[in-house]
Amino acid sequence: MPQAIEPMGPASTGRASAALLPHLTTVPRRTGPLPALALAGKAFWRVPRESHYAKVGLVIYLIFALTAIFADQLVNYEPLEILFADNYQLRRNLPPTADHWLGTSYSGRDIYSQLVMGTRSALAVGLTAAICVVAIGTLVGLIAGYFGGWIDNLLMRLADIALGIPFLPFVIVLASFMGAAQSNVVLGIALLLWPNSARVIRSQVMSLRERAFIEAARVTGAGKWRILFVHIAPNVLALSFLYTSVAVGWAILTEASVSFLGFGPSDTVSWGYMLQDAYASQALGRGQYNWFIPPGLCIVFVVMAGFFISRGYEEVLFPKLKG
Amino acid sequence: MKYVMSRLLYAILVLWIVGTILFFMFRLMPGSPLAAFIDQTTTLEQQQALIARFGLDKSLFQQYTIFLQNALQGDLGQSFFHRRPVTEVVMEALPNTVILTLSGLVVAYIFGVLAGAYLAWRRGSAVEGIGIPLALATRAAPEFWLGMVMLAFFSFHLGWFPAGGANSVGLEYDNEWRRIFTVDYLHHLILPVLTLAIYLQGLPLLLMRSNMIEILQEEFITMSKMKGLGSRTIVLNHAARNAMLPVATAFALGIGSAIGGNVVVETIFSWPGIGRLLVNAVSASDYPLAQGAFMIITAVLVAMNFVADMTYHLLDPRIRHAASN
Repeated sequence: MPQAIEPMGPASTGRASAALLPHLTTVPRRTGPLPALALAGKAFWRVPRESHYAKVGLVIYLIFALTAIFADQLVNYEPLEILFADNYQLRRNLPPTADHWLGTSYSGRDIYSQLVMGTRSALAVGLTAAICVVAIGTLVGLIAGYFGGWIDNLLMRLADIALGIPFLPFVIVLASFMGAAQSNVVLGIALLLWPNSARVIRSQVMSLRERAFIEAARVTGAGKWRILFVHIAPNVLALSFLYTSVAVGWAILTEASVSFLGFGPSDTVSWGYMLQDAYASQALGRGQYNWFIPPGLCIVFVVMAGFFISRGYEEVLFPKLKG
Repeated sequence: MKYVMSRLLYAILVLWIVGTILFFMFRLMPGSPLAAFIDQTTTLEQQQALIARFGLDKSLFQQYTIFLQNALQGDLGQSFFHRRPVTEVVMEALPNTVILTLSGLVVAYIFGVLAGAYLAWRRGSAVEGIGIPLALATRAAPEFWLGMVMLAFFSFHLGWFPAGGANSVGLEYDNEWRRIFTVDYLHHLILPVLTLAIYLQGLPLLLMRSNMIEILQEEFITMSKMKGLGSRTIVLNHAARNAMLPVATAFALGIGSAIGGNVVVETIFSWPGIGRLLVNAVSASDYPLAQGAFMIITAVLVAMNFVADMTYHLLDPRIRHAASN
């Protein structure tokens, strides 16, 4: 059953998936953190060999990661440089040529170079936001699931409130309030998207808490926090990873939407910025498909890669969920 | 009944908290909210009068209690930009948003449920190998980009549909109903609805498919097979009906989240709905309006979460018993 993890939309966790939360069918019965971690590591490499989805997803990620790392070598022009021809004419709206692989924009900038540079900001935003979201979600899930009682109640009510706030409007208001910077977009995403992973990890922890190996650790005199972080946490890491790969996609989509609506930074080239530029300069009316199709396709590929990876890992690591 | 009351109280609590957060956020926003009113000819006295008129000279706490009192009476203040009551401006935009969202969702869910059931039935076939990645790809595509591609192709390139707005310029209507039930309105509605539907259909499709697969493995399906029922009858009458429940709940949740997400689709197609109103209000630092639009979007979201809770509660006896124990 993938829907607990699959792209449900940030605000739509709800009861639809609550009854179908994933349950680990095989929890590694180890007592120490290292064996559990080693097992998780082994699984990490095993999955791409067994699932085509995970394989394709990881290859796409790898391509984009390499593009981001070597962006400086790959670009032909400065992405924001305004280009002039020899006769001092602005080189605007050129179709794709050998000089400009994807043509130029209305203000005379090289589209291919912008696309390559955009990879960098997309991955930066996507990864930082996803790590924040999942770190908060995992921590809240661990604490709520393990301690239960009023702590659990409080945290889950907080989660309900976060889910009751319209996601994209909130990020827009926050970005205009705190200033148009990518860090504020990341903040908005982190503040509202953690409940999804927190809920699933919480229910996972609640079932782990009752297992014999946790009882054994308790009997040997391990403290609460030690049990929580050393014995339980490694066993929910796979779930956290699953959520990270989906959250990267959500973050990139959100950043693009916010930039597109004009609340993103104007000095950083991102795919959302490119699309906003194209829309505002009437590229649609001129039919400059070479301008607005590539950034959108890049977003589709990165986000889809995240979905593929989570699906692949789900199929192999949580076979009961296999759909 | 106790459960219903507690969820209802809870929904109201969420609304109050969101309203409070919003109130303080907008008050602390940089930039003078009066910028829209003041130009070089405004004298200092006039400025003071304006500040007094909007109650900006009172303390923050006083402003907050006034805000709460008024909000309870359905008064969300005056828009700085439109110079009309916020409630009026928002209520004008709301029908457009509701029509857009509901049409988009209905199209998406009809398609998604049928396609999901079909994919479950044809499990392991080549159709599935293409169908699932395709569904995932549409979920991964930014809504606004889908809209841009649709606009460029169907509107600018082929000229089949208007490029934006909800009604052609220059036409006038006696009342709201007349305006909405026209071919012209429908013509403007098609592209945004299609965009929304393409984006939204992935969720019901995947949900329906995995529910179907799970149900097709259950004993009563084996039983029906043993009774000699045809596979079409089993899929449609037995499996599909049972697989619909989570999809129905997702639909209610979908209304709430889609209204928030409509912001980009409405902006792309210049659709005069509440999302576009919010974006414009935020850009113009018209904070009563931004706050009002945000509150209405939140109210719809919270209400739909409540409805989803209730449907699940009513339709699934297991959940009902768990809650009453």
